[in-house]
This record gives sequence, C-alpha cells and structure tokens, in this order.
Amino acid sequence: MKSLETFSKGGVHPGDNKALSNKIAIRSLGVKSTLIIPMSQHIGAPAECLVNVGDEVKEGMLIGKSAGFVSANIYCSAAGVVKEIKDIYLASGMKVKAVVIETSGEQEAVKYEESDWQQLSPKEIIDKVAAAGIVGMGGATFPVHVKYMVPPDAKVDALVINGVECEPYLTADHRLMLEKGEQLITGMRIIAKAIGAPRICIGIEENKPDAIKNLEELIAKNGGGIEVHPLMMKYPQGDEKQLLKAILNKEIPSGKLPIAIGGVVSNVGTVNAVYEAVVLNKPLYERVVTVTGRGVKNPGNFIIKVGTRVGDVIEECGGFTDDAVKLIMGGPMMGFTFCDLDTPVIKGTSGILVLSAAEAKKSTRTACLSCGRCLKACPTGLQPTKMFKKISMEKYADALKLNLLDCKECGCCAFVCPANIPLVQGFRLGKRMAPKPPKKG
Amino acid sequence: MNAENNFIIESSPHLHHPDSTARIMLDVIIALIPAGIWGIFVFGFRAVAVLAVSIIGAVLGEYLMNKVFKRFTLSDFTAVLTGLLVGYNMPPAVPLFIPFVASLFAIIIVKWTFGGLGNNWMNPALGGRLFVFFSWTGMMTKWSAPCTKAFPDAIGGASPLGFVKTGMMDFTGSVSGPVEYMHQQGYPLNGYMDLFLGNCSGCIGEVSALLLIIGGLYLLYRKVITWEIPVCYLVSFSLFIWIFGGLKFNGNLFTGDVLFNLLSGGLMLGAIFMATDMVTSPLTSKGQIIFGIGCGFLTFLIRVYGSFPEGVSLAIVLMNMVVPLIDKFSHPRVFGVEPAKKGAKK
Repeated sequence: MKSLETFSKGGVHPGDNKALSNKIAIRSLGVKSTLIIPMSQHIGAPAECLVNVGDEVKEGMLIGKSAGFVSANIYCSAAGVVKEIKDIYLASGMKVKAVVIETSGEQEAVKYEESDWQQLSPKEIIDKVAAAGIVGMGGATFPVHVKYMVPPDAKVDALVINGVECEPYLTADHRLMLEKGEQLITGMRIIAKAIGAPRICIGIEENKPDAIKNLEELIAKNGGGIEVHPLMMKYPQGDEKQLLKAILNKEIPSGKLPIAIGGVVSNVGTVNAVYEAVVLNKPLYERVVTVTGRGVKNPGNFIIKVGTRVGDVIEECGGFTDDAVKLIMGGPMMGFTFCDLDTPVIKGTSGILVLSAAEAKKSTRTACLSCGRCLKACPTGLQPTKMFKKISMEKYADALKLNLLDCKECGCCAFVCPANIPLVQGFRLGKRMAPKPPKKG
Repeated sequence: MNAENNFIIESSPHLHHPDSTARIMLDVIIALIPAGIWGIFVFGFRAVAVLAVSIIGAVLGEYLMNKVFKRFTLSDFTAVLTGLLVGYNMPPAVPLFIPFVASLFAIIIVKWTFGGLGNNWMNPALGGRLFVFFSWTGMMTKWSAPCTKAFPDAIGGASPLGFVKTGMMDFTGSVSGPVEYMHQQGYPLNGYMDLFLGNCSGCIGEVSALLLIIGGLYLLYRKVITWEIPVCYLVSFSLFIWIFGGLKFNGNLFTGDVLFNLLSGGLMLGAIFMATDMVTSPLTSKGQIIFGIGCGFLTFLIRVYGSFPEGVSLAIVLMNMVVPLIDKFSHPRVFGVEPAKKGAKK
C-alpha cells in the first residue's frame, strides 16, 4: 500500500467519533419562529444594519451591509418582521449587535435559477462572492473575497481545497462531498478561475473513503484536472499550514499567509457557498451544520438558516440526554463552550456538539512530569511546557521569545498532557497579556 | 436568557487523551512486577520484607511532605513507584533500616526539597540508593546466593560484576574475559543464560534481564517510554565495552565481552526504568538520544576504569545533571522558521 501524505511535525489522534453522524444525509431544519441574526459573523468590521424594528424582511434580503474592506454582507434567512435589535453574545464570547426576526413560520423556499458562470471574468466572480457575504466556513470566518484578491506581486501555484475535516465528530463537509460533489467540483473551478490557479488539489483524510471515491469518480466524469489527495488521519491537518505542508510539501514562513508559498486554501463548505453565490446567485444565509455528540438524542447533519437558535436545533434533534455536560459551537478541539440556548447559528458554525460526561472526561491535574509529549504533539515545533512555565510566572516577554505568537491554539498540547495542564489555555492568556510588538513603519 | 442548565464553560480543547500521571506511574509499576516476583522467588521472604519497607518508607515520606506543603499527591502513585525502585536496587540481605532510610531520603531530600513531583533534577530512587550506598557501602555490597544454585563458601554470594572487579585487581594469570575468569575461579555461572534469566546474585529487582526487557516492551507498547533512551544507552554502552572492555583482560581492542556486561548488574533496570524517568530526562527525541549515549559512556567508564564494579546509578545521576543543558540545545525547530545558519549565532 502506498503510504499516505500528511504533515511531518507533531499532531495528535483523538478518536474521530464521526460514526455518530457520518451516515446521516443532510436535511433541512426548516424555518423556526425566531431568528437572531448577528451583524458580525466574520473577522473584520461589523456590517452596517439596514433594517429597523417593525420592518418586513424577506428570505435573501440584504439586512447588513459590508462596512469596510475586511467585512461581509449579512442576508436575512427567512421572511418575517424585525421585532427587536439588541446586543447578544456569540458562543465565542464576542458581544455583537443582532437583528431579531419573528418569522411567518414554515414558508416556501425561494427558488434560484442556474446561470452560466463561464462568461464571468475573475473580477466579476470575486464581486459576486463579495456581494453574497461569503466567509471562511471552516470556522475562521475571514471574508473570502479578500483572500481571493491576490496581490499583484504574488503568483498562485495551487488552489488547495480543505476536505480534511480533522476536527473529531464533525461530518458536515463529509456529507457535502458525498451529496453535492458535482456542485463542489464546479465551485472549485470557479475559484480557480477567480484567483488564476493553474492547479487544483483537494485534501481528504482517509477516514472518509466514500467521499474520496465519490469525488474521484465525479472528477473523472467532469473532465479531470483536479487532484484528490487522500491524507493520513491526523489533527490539525485542516489548518492551512499543515494542509499545505501535506499536499504541496511547503512550509508557510512564520507570520506569513499561504499566498507566500503560492497557495490559496478554501474549505469545502466555502466552495459550496461560492457555487451557490456564483451559479445560483444565492447569497449566504444558510449552511450545513453537524449536530452531534452523545449529549444529544438524535445526531444528524442539517441545512440550518443563519440566526436559528441553538435551542430550536437541539429540540429538532430530540433534545439533550440526561448526561449532557458541555455544549460546544464548533468542533471539540477548538470550539467554544456556551450555555445560552438563544445563541444563534452563524456562518462559521460547522457543528453544534453536546458532550456527555464520559466524553468530556479529563485527567486529574498534577505537576508537569516533563514527559515531553506536548513538544512531540505541537505541529508548530514550540515548547509548550516551557512557555507555560514562563506564562505562569508572568514572564510574558520570555514566552514571546519562545515563539508564543506562532501558536495557533490547536490544542494538541493540552489534549495529550497527562498532567492535564491547561497549556493552550495559558497561551491564550499569555498572548493577551504579552507586551505588544512595536508597530512597523 | 436560559439559565437553567449547568453546562461547563471552559476554553478548548474539550477532549483529552485517556492517559494521566497516575496511569503512567501505574503502568511502570505493572511493568516492574514480573522482575520483582522473580526476585522474591530467588531471594526468598527476605526480599518481600525489603520491598515492603522501601515502599512504606517512600509513602510515609510523601505523606509527611504532603502535610508540610498542604497538598495531596499520594494518589498519583509516584511515591509507591519510587519506593518500589529503591527496593529493587537493594541487596536482598540488607538490614531493613537501610531501604527505609533510602526511601525517606529519596522522597524528602531528592524530591521534595526541590518542590515535589516534576521539580526534582535527580531521579529520586537513584538519589536514595546512592546516599545509602556511600553511607553503608559494606552492607550495600553484601550479596546473597539465589536459591536456585549452590555457591562455594569461599565465594559467598558475590555478584558477577563485583566478583570479577575485585578478583581482577590482583590477578596475575591470563584469561580472555570475565566469563573465563569466573570459570577458572570456580564461580558457579552457567554461561550467559544464567545472567539473562536471572539465575545469579545481585539486587532484588535487577537480576533477570529477560523479565526487565519484557517490562520495557510493555512500556513501549503503552507509549510510556520511547525507544531513544534505552536503545541509545545500551548501544553506546555495548560499543564502548566492545572496543575498550577487553583491555583489562588480554590487552586487545575490540575484544570486550558485550553480552556479559549487558546482562549483569543493574544495567537493564537502569536503562529501561531509571534513565527513562520523565522528570529527569530530556524532553525531545534528539535530547534523549544524547542523554542515552552519555549514560552508556559514563556507565562504561565507571565499570571499566572506576573503583566500583557497578556504574549505572552514578552514570544516570551524572547525566540527570546535564539535562537542562541538553534541553536548551535540542529544542525543536519552529514551523516556518529557517534554522539559524552557522556563524549567524551570537
């Protein structure tokens, strides 16, 4: 057997637990009575709110206008009336303005017609993507059109599609690759045209053999030109740095973007959104979300409208089990815990995970054994135990010298630590407390 | 706002590897058990008493220090493990106060004066053993014969390494190596097999190389230890012995008796269970390789040129001292950062 590609340094193997939901087809969750749509679901400036209390809104209507270069439009996801505009907290803890909409209940979905994208110029494609309010759907939520505007002095060698889904439990991208393969292939070609990429690769971990097979067959039927790279299973392979190392065997220099080595990375969910925006002219206001974990009765994969309350989603899935202890937005390695069931699903929500007590079990905290497991697990080659000791002594400048800012907070160190030391949690603190570097220029 | 639920709020990651400190220590204890049972079998009830006193001493020491520092650390099994290792490093006939003192010294002085688990720079069990070894050298080198074979009165229970070392000091005849010398002097050793199986005298837990290796394989399987330290230790030691070990006997290079040296004394116990102590060994694979090679070299130096027959404990403790230095120069390369060019360093 040919050995599979992967990144070389660090990484961990948490149990993937994808069997809970990877056989369950995507279905629509429908329209719930209340939608809470935040005006900031992306990195960058919050969108400018275009509606007032009492206004009537429709599905696909622009209600938040991009307010800067790095910002994104926000669309209404169902017809109804604006009931309130208030500040809410997202699962990440961020306080944002949100439009609360009382919907008219179950309603007929708006129909979108296919259009010919081949006629569009790269600029027109990027404009359409920008207009649709698309952000990185793997969870990073960086406005995608900004990423696709390649600087004039840079050259794109390859568009790398992230079908890795290395976060345990999540299966939304897996289901998309199985059910919407053709759309995804078109979406990839659209992005490649927009950025001028001569080569398209898609990385998929080996725990999704059906997705690999499906895409390979569809690509062959569709005229080829897209490389499918089956990858060895290892977290955090879905990170841009690890993915490009695995597929292109190049390292993004510290502090630089993927374009520095000629790569542009997009997630499968994003590709799907690009397809819908460019071909169907449908803005981004709903997405595929995995609802899973042993703390929820009926896990599954759903198309959920942005703004849907998590409480409504959980109810649709049969409710919590008795031993549910943790509610997480995103995956178990990097997701955010929250407790407010009014928290809405947003563009970056790849999963809603409810862990049972057994799944959330951690070891007892003890002193550091210097076992070195955190160093071996760190995909960035940092020395977590040393950095943590500096940070616990409040020597933040010393922690910076140990490349604290290179930490991407993937959590591998804290996952493997037998002494259960909150390593990555400490680094988050350290980054906040560390003296800011002097601004250049 | 829904405030009825009690969901845990904390920073990610939300999953954790099943290993814990206690589980690691328990695994080491499990891996040590076969060799200990063999020790009890060949040295009798006396060995049980020594092991029991060692463990009691260590647990008592840990309990006292817990009282002093108002912490509770007995549940991580590290004290039990230290006690067990102290016991394994005792000659079976040792007066019972010695293992007790060794365990107390290991826990209170070596481990807790530096802040308890994780902060000690020296392997506690070895520190304890060395303390009593230099305090009561006579009693620490009085061996007993295993029950499995008869020893002539003139030899008593002398350990193979000690017997050869003392004997060769004023030996004027000619032999090709340690095994031939032992044969000539009437030492009841039935070839390498006796050493491999543990059919000889020595400390309680060190005699059976076979069972210690089995324990080591279990630890490798459980990923408690990695290959670097034991393999580099044994390989570098073997190389040095092979090259220079023969000089004492027939004066030729490349004639050292590797097998005899590998299988006798505390080498296996040291290389598999003591040098691999996480707290006192380097963090990275590169560092562990350097550490292992250093241990092998020092053990060779002490065994062949030192005045003691055995060099494992001292070699490991000496290498423990340089671990911070090794760690400093063996850190991993940061992703996306080119390694500093030669000459660019200050």
